[in-house]
Amino acid sequence: MTQIPLKEIMPHEEFLESGHLACPGCGASLSMRMVLKALGEKTVVALPACCWSIIAGPYPQSSLKLPLYHSAFETGASVASGIKAALLARGDTETTVVAWAGDGGTFDIGLQALSGAAERNEDILYVCYDNEAYMNTGIQRSSATPLGAWTTTTPGAHPEARPKKDILAILAAHRIPYAASATPAYPEDLLAKVRKAKATKGTRFLHLLAPCPPGWKTADDETIELARMAVRARIFPLLEIENGETWRITVDSPGDPIGPYLAKQGRFRHLKNEDIGAIQAQVDSRWKALQRRVAGS
Amino acid sequence: MKKVIVGNHAVSWGVALARTEVIAAYPITPQTQIVEELAEMCDDGRLAARFVKVESEHSAMAACIGASATGVRAFTATSSQGLLLMHELLHWAGLGRLPIVMADVNRAVAPGWNIWTDQNDTLAQRDTGWVQLYCENNQEVLDTTIQAFALAEKLSLPVMIVLDAFFLSHTSEPVDIPSPADVDAFLPPRNAALKLDTSDPHAFGALTTPAVYMEMRKRQQEAFDQVPEAYRLIDADWDRRFGRSWGAIESYRTEDADTVLVTSGTITSTSRYVINERRERGEKVGLVKIKMFRPFPTEPLRRALAGIPKVAVLDRNISPGHGGIFAEELRSALYDLPSSRRPRVDGYILGLGGRDVTPDVIGECLDATRGNQSSSSSREDLWVGVKP
Ligand SMILES: Cc1ncc(C[n+]2csc(CCOP(=O)(O)OP(=O)(O)O)c2C)c(N)n1
Ligand code: SF4
Ligand SMILES: [Mg+2]
Repeated sequence: MTQIPLKEIMPHEEFLESGHLACPGCGASLSMRMVLKALGEKTVVALPACCWSIIAGPYPQSSLKLPLYHSAFETGASVASGIKAALLARGDTETTVVAWAGDGGTFDIGLQALSGAAERNEDILYVCYDNEAYMNTGIQRSSATPLGAWTTTTPGAHPEARPKKDILAILAAHRIPYAASATPAYPEDLLAKVRKAKATKGTRFLHLLAPCPPGWKTADDETIELARMAVRARIFPLLEIENGETWRITVDSPGDPIGPYLAKQGRFRHLKNEDIGAIQAQVDSRWKALQRRVAGS
Repeated sequence: MKKVIVGNHAVSWGVALARTEVIAAYPITPQTQIVEELAEMCDDGRLAARFVKVESEHSAMAACIGASATGVRAFTATSSQGLLLMHELLHWAGLGRLPIVMADVNRAVAPGWNIWTDQNDTLAQRDTGWVQLYCENNQEVLDTTIQAFALAEKLSLPVMIVLDAFFLSHTSEPVDIPSPADVDAFLPPRNAALKLDTSDPHAFGALTTPAVYMEMRKRQQEAFDQVPEAYRLIDADWDRRFGRSWGAIESYRTEDADTVLVTSGTITSTSRYVINERRERGEKVGLVKIKMFRPFPTEPLRRALAGIPKVAVLDRNISPGHGGIFAEELRSALYDLPSSRRPRVDGYILGLGGRDVTPDVIGECLDATRGNQSSSSSREDLWVGVKP
């Protein structure tokens, strides 16, 4: 197979200005940059509270070249629903309405509004960039925080004790037309999914793994590497799910051991070998369950 | 066209005549009929609005925020617990300067569960940056609903119209329904100067530092300062077209009065009856109805009440630890009148949780205030009709 160079696949137009306020190596800003390239200029963004509320810049500035509505933490999906209804009321069927939220705004406080919008099959694209904790407020756990991770609310001898909530399965259970996971470490896959989502009508959900150097205690030049390791180690498989029924793995996860991925991150520094074993066991069992779903669909 | 309709449907008719473009709402007694009727209207084509059937009042207000920010006319309705659930978002709409119109059916707050009327739900939203207009009858409800859109869009402020549970929401009264063409002439389509628009992209609501936040608040206050005059003009225009006007406040038989009742909502109608009876007996009594609670109509109230010796405020609400809310606001509005012209203001707490406020109850308040010879205001409100 001949590889097409990425610079030919990746649109050149930029909708994220340089000078935004993300930390160096921020997976969230990279995610936004790539997603917007695939969506283009006919896009409106609803942005509930999250790191991106800061990255977008203070009044009167904006790092996005698109209409942007900052909204309450728990309202990504509901504000986006209202924007879409208004555009339709004025005859605009073309503009893509995006809700862009963190894992806290998606898995936790915004889940009710998201479930409501998904159940109604609102014609919106909901993107959750997942940095696996509340980073805006200084690294507190969310229900997306993985087993064993340190955060400021799972400190010391009591790291995160519960497995990460399976948000994709929750969305799939709403039978929405399209749900997928992606990461900027696999840009071709990410772009293809955004394009597919853009072309689909109804509620579309993208779950993006977005490493966060200060929150994960990682080097700021390892964001892409970490996201790639997460996919390869099967802790963040790249999937797409159509109508809640057809499950497909889009990028092969060879099953590298989880240890090296964890070892790169300060938030897992306290883990002992048996803890790592327990995490590996959980990854393996989830992967098996995923294989069954893929095979059965 | 005259129709006999309940207050809830008077709201629905107003919303339809205003050609509302997006409705997002959630059921709660006693508001539900408003949105049921609107759903019917959208369904049978009488109203070309998008109806977002949200999963909560919280999402109803959030969807209205998104819609209004996109430049369309947006409406929701709620009551009591639903309004309380919206609280954070009321501020987003208020300080976001979004001209959303909402109807709230005044219902007491739990616990224990109570579906009957009092004003604590809306008064708890006093500082959220919404204009609040309280109605006395179903005609006023319909007229105010349409006027509310004109006022909201004129000053970029959200407006809440308020009607009493059951006494208005579920009570049928004859209502004159204006023709769509006449309402169109009064209320043109919304034309938002700023909106979410891909051909002219802006960010709204971004981080606002101490260097600019106060200016934003000051502008909001300045907009509120303009509400009484803006409403006066809108109401006068309405009067010219439809032959009715309501006023931010209304003085009723206050000429030469020694004692005046101050009321809001349906207690006003019962009070008019009491005043008429007393006037027949030669008692010099009158009443002032407060329709506009936010902004508080300080100047009109000073003009209406200066020189009247005694005022009795009937409060169907309570701020625990302080007292009746209309009475407290009125005392502060009248405070700097010269003492020779400043009325004594007595406060009465009554009708909470839907308890009946009968002519006898109102008469009791009137007698207590008339009979009290003390010259200074009592700071303690009297609870009327409470069992020991
Ligand atoms: C109702 C409400 N509660 C709490 C907050 C404070 N808050 C703002 S952002 C945030 C965390 C956001 O976490 P997430 O959605 O994961 O986004 P991230 O900051 O990690 O990018 C919190 C708790 C808020 N703005 N509103
Ligand atoms: S804290 Fe993390 S998510 Fe937030 S801006 Fe910094 S790197 Fe990005
Ligand atoms: Mg997060």
